[in-house]
Amino acid sequence: MLQDRDRIFTNIYGFNDPFLGGARSRGDWDGTRDILAKGREWIVEEIKSSGLRGRGGAGFGTGLKWSFMPKESDGRPHYLVVNADEGEPGTCKDREIMRHDPHKLIEGCLLAGFAMGAHAAYIYVRGEFYRETEALQQAVDEAYDAGLLGDDACGSGWKMDVYVHRGAGAYICGEETALIESLEGKKGQPRLKPPFPANAGVYGCPTTVNNVESIAVAPEILRRGADWFAGFGRQNNTGTKLFNISGHVEHPCTVEEEMSIPLKTLIEKHAGGVRGGWDNLLAVIPGGASVPVIPKSICDNVLMDFDALREVQSGLGTAAVMVMDRSTDIIQAIARLSAFYKHESCGQCTPCREGTGWMMRVMNRMVTGEASLEEIDILEEVTRQVEGHTICALGDAAAWPIQGLIRHFRDEIEDRIRKRGRAAQAAE
Amino acid sequence: MPTLTIDGEEIEAEAGLTVLQACEIAGKEIPRFCYHERLSVAGNCRMCLVEVSPGPPKPAASCALPVADGMEVKTDSDMVRKARQGVMEFLLINHPLDCPICDQGGECDLQDQAMAYGNDGSRFLENKRAVEDKDLGPLIKTIMTRCIHCTRCIRFATEVAGVPELGATGRGENMEVGTYVEKALSSELSGNMIDLCPVGALTSKPYAFTARSWELKKTESIDVLDAVGSNIRVDTRGPEVMRILPRNNDGVNEEWISDKTRFACDGLRRQRLDKPYLRKDGKLQPVDWPEVLSVVGQMLAGTSGDKIAAIAGDLADAEAMLTLKELMDSLASPNIDCRQDGTRIGEGPRAAYLFNSTIDGIEDADALLIVGSNPRLEAPVLNARIRKRYLMGGFPVGLIGENADLTYRAEHLGAGPDTLQALIDGSIQFADVMKDAERPMIIVGTGALARPDGPAILAQSRKLGEAVGAVSGDWNGFNVLQRAASRIAGLDIGFRPGDGGRRTNQIIAGAASGDVEVVYLLGADEIDTTALGNAFVIYQGHHGDAGAHRADAILPGAAYTEKEATYVNVEGRAQQTKRAIFPPGDAKEDWAIIRALSESAGKKLPYDSLEQVRTRLAEIHPVFADIGEVTPAEWEAFGIEGDIESAPLRNPVTDFYLTDVISRASETMAECTAAARGGNPEKTGTDG
Amino acid sequence: MSAPRGTPPDIPQPEGFSFNPEVLEAAEAIIAKYPEGRQASAVMPLLDLAQRQHDGWLPQAAMTYVAEMLDMAPIRVYEVATFYTMYNLSPVGENHVQVCTNLPCWLRGSSRVVEACERALGIGMGETTEDGKFTLTEVECLGACVNAPMVQINDDYYEDLDASSTETILTELKSGGTPKTGSQIGRRSCEPIGGLTSLTGDKGASD
Repeated sequence: MLQDRDRIFTNIYGFNDPFLGGARSRGDWDGTRDILAKGREWIVEEIKSSGLRGRGGAGFGTGLKWSFMPKESDGRPHYLVVNADEGEPGTCKDREIMRHDPHKLIEGCLLAGFAMGAHAAYIYVRGEFYRETEALQQAVDEAYDAGLLGDDACGSGWKMDVYVHRGAGAYICGEETALIESLEGKKGQPRLKPPFPANAGVYGCPTTVNNVESIAVAPEILRRGADWFAGFGRQNNTGTKLFNISGHVEHPCTVEEEMSIPLKTLIEKHAGGVRGGWDNLLAVIPGGASVPVIPKSICDNVLMDFDALREVQSGLGTAAVMVMDRSTDIIQAIARLSAFYKHESCGQCTPCREGTGWMMRVMNRMVTGEASLEEIDILEEVTRQVEGHTICALGDAAAWPIQGLIRHFRDEIEDRIRKRGRAAQAAE
Repeated sequence: MPTLTIDGEEIEAEAGLTVLQACEIAGKEIPRFCYHERLSVAGNCRMCLVEVSPGPPKPAASCALPVADGMEVKTDSDMVRKARQGVMEFLLINHPLDCPICDQGGECDLQDQAMAYGNDGSRFLENKRAVEDKDLGPLIKTIMTRCIHCTRCIRFATEVAGVPELGATGRGENMEVGTYVEKALSSELSGNMIDLCPVGALTSKPYAFTARSWELKKTESIDVLDAVGSNIRVDTRGPEVMRILPRNNDGVNEEWISDKTRFACDGLRRQRLDKPYLRKDGKLQPVDWPEVLSVVGQMLAGTSGDKIAAIAGDLADAEAMLTLKELMDSLASPNIDCRQDGTRIGEGPRAAYLFNSTIDGIEDADALLIVGSNPRLEAPVLNARIRKRYLMGGFPVGLIGENADLTYRAEHLGAGPDTLQALIDGSIQFADVMKDAERPMIIVGTGALARPDGPAILAQSRKLGEAVGAVSGDWNGFNVLQRAASRIAGLDIGFRPGDGGRRTNQIIAGAASGDVEVVYLLGADEIDTTALGNAFVIYQGHHGDAGAHRADAILPGAAYTEKEATYVNVEGRAQQTKRAIFPPGDAKEDWAIIRALSESAGKKLPYDSLEQVRTRLAEIHPVFADIGEVTPAEWEAFGIEGDIESAPLRNPVTDFYLTDVISRASETMAECTAAARGGNPEKTGTDG
Repeated sequence: MSAPRGTPPDIPQPEGFSFNPEVLEAAEAIIAKYPEGRQASAVMPLLDLAQRQHDGWLPQAAMTYVAEMLDMAPIRVYEVATFYTMYNLSPVGENHVQVCTNLPCWLRGSSRVVEACERALGIGMGETTEDGKFTLTEVECLGACVNAPMVQINDDYYEDLDASSTETILTELKSGGTPKTGSQIGRRSCEPIGGLTSLTGDKGASD
């Protein structure tokens, strides 16, 4: 169990001053110049050895990602882009960082930007987070006024600008290349890869896109050392992590915990347990809407980390835990997510544009039972036709929840179809 | 060069190629909808998926994947087939499957690929999506429910045509291709989107429901409605031209044609001269060939050569101009001119009237000066090549004359030709741009050359070209942009005044004053035909336009789709039309009319077949022996130095859609003109 | 002036549009955030400014104005305006009530929040009250899931709702009041309501 002294986000609930005074008292901006003085290589290596994996969902090594940036500029500027387009259903952690602990993010921008040779960072915040953007902008302004950002950031001689950019309502912009397109003033349609952003990102320049949490934890890791961070969690799944626990728990909340904490412990310790007790648990979506649901039997023992959840055919994603008790219509729950993906498909590529609508409509009929048993397999096949065939991962994200549903709750779907069939027969 | 394996076969492919291109080299057909080699890669249809290792265990879009050494590609594995079948099913679930009533039927990529990858039944039990049709103007019919969102049309409009007016609005399954406010597209190249559309979402409005592709006879030919010489295919059914499509020629039009080239063909059916006429009692009366030949022959034979004159119009073919020139020679008339626009070109070396850089060569240039021309309206396909070069970057463009939106950014240097002197002096900054360029280009338009000071402007332009190094080594950056399909051949043949002969304006003046008694108009309709006084006017041509109205005798000729004829394009490239249909009624091929007339006039020309005429053409000028090729012209001094007026240059084409007898007879072109006048000019690629 | 394709034809489109001086200043500051020649990056914030100036919706004239200001083809601006859900191409009420019905909110009773809204406002989803005060919209996840169910009204979030607190908020808005934003059950933000399980040293600060 994580101790408060090892928590990074010590103002995540906003009980204290989120702005510069409070931030400094929490240790932010402490010795930033000295860290910068250790050089690019050192910072990248330190982040690499901390084992930090991207907190936006995919879990790619953050240090490794930074190391992909060209060591020398070929004349093109480098950019750091922070993905604050938090929109994965169940996920609301970056919001708290931006409104309650914004300086962690801003200091992280300086350190990460420096480490990748970037003099400018754009923080792309989802448009609906208007108040969060206000708080973040206020903190950025403070940082400039205090000389922490600007032509000579923290007296390091490094020029660092941080700009806050608001989106306008599109989940897909959380995909890094869609976000880049959007930042350039276009529709948020993901790009084909290669080229990857490290070679050609914003304005065709080398770019790294990182999640808010990934950037915001970097200063503390660099201050306390990679070993400290790597000391939490399991191998390859290190560090501390913000968890969002929503749904049918007694006390929904956001909490920073150790990676690899057992799901049951997480829910019982911090969220007051499942409504009606652990045995009333039906299933959990453990990492945001796009990861497959896991039934109680798996929840009993599973650990909350990348590898453990992958082993049970789900994923850690954004560590947004959505808890569903036995009162839940699990088919309707997944159908709601199918509606979401249909709504958020950008429309660019065929399988996602056509498949998300098809899947949603079949799912809606599964909810009422107005379907034939054979359609379960057809639906499963349609998800396979979408999965892996699209430009970006939204197709996969739309497919997986349905696959999880069929994998674990096929009986439920069949029962509903049969019941409806019997009812229709009886009515005749 | 990377070596990769495609379906077990090892091939080498140039670095930078995509896997799809490598597969094509290996002879493997990859289905595709969004990919098009002349457009940017979109990668959105997902039909071209192949299996690639090393890589993630899922298929990759071959259109967007660069080749790499050691790659193993499978184009026909289970994974690939399944993936493509899946994509095809998705494409079809919301497609109306209305092939029986779709004009694309029979030449539809979706239909063809569905044969290979489609199911025989549908598993889709939901309602199909219906999409509102868009009004894109008089040329393109939309049935947007058929759209598969490949975005080829959007990319074409934005990239090639340079008019970013199409877009995909909304998102997800509600995404729709359309415009901002409903209006006709403001491109002269819009019809190409019909060809690019892989389904029946964009089809030809004028052609709608008129024919099926399999009932058409296809004839490969050449366009004559501008001087580019776009390669076309003429599709006919019975005696009618049903439609005109582009043929690929990388040197000339790539695979684009202008909307006039494509859509003016309904003009071939209207206002045709299908019998000979003679003016009797002030009225044109239909007569038969013997009568008209006899009357005209006697008129020519009975008139002194210096009182006879001939003007060849913009659509005249080389064979007709040669035979007419020789007839005029035999009548001892020096009064012939093929420059009805009044330009004084062709009096120097060939390099003085050609587009010497060649159209393909535009891509090698690194700076451009346009003098007195709007290439967008005078040669839209050539203009697309300029835009293509512009998009590659590092291509400053300067413009002297009327400022206009050319679909690329052009610095307006001045309105009058005196700006040329400023460039020679180096007193304006663009002079340095030209000097610093390695292969600068100058394009001089007929708007500059048709003025009285045209020869001086020509000389001045040559001087400028030499001063900035536009002609050096194997690079010739000096170009005249002709507008008429007939012009280069006419000049090559020497269809211009002999010793003491009259030029076009002098012929007209002579006719008005009575010094010229017989005027022979070979398809010349763009002169002031009302100013010909009492002269006896012979009109040979195919349309009842200005020339025919003034005529005293009409010799009905053949349009370009109805004859085997040679044209030399703006670059000096000889190309030949093929007869797709027969001329209507009693109309005949033009050289044959002149041959017959020569006999009536007692000056029988020694040609009994087209081959004989062509043999003679090749003797006169080697260009006619080298069909399809361009031979660089020798560089020599030309032009006549003299005073240049500072009056602003005027562009000759004000209405792109109505420039010649065929387009003026076309209802479609008339609709385009009306639509263009009604619409507001929108922003173009230079703004985006 | 004609309406952009796709917008209902009965919407009165204003003849022209231009930024007020102070908005113009803000727009220029936004444009300055992006490198030279990349001013198109400002299209989303500028459309937002335009919408805020124009009673919460974007008429065609505003999109054309922004396109001109940023040297963009109008269709590119229109693509953006139709892609992102926060741009309204037809008028909305003074209070734009956006109810999240995505899974985490649904699990905690967003259906009852929807009902409460419909009942309190007398309109259905996607409708605007006759007095133009309220528009009710169903939206996707707004990223406040541990405070579900929630609604966004204009720029503010109202969280931890139930039917009665929803009605209270709407009633207050109707009468011109300014309801308390954030959690409606006394939470500071996203901490567990039953008492802190971490950062307990901060408990005292929980005023």
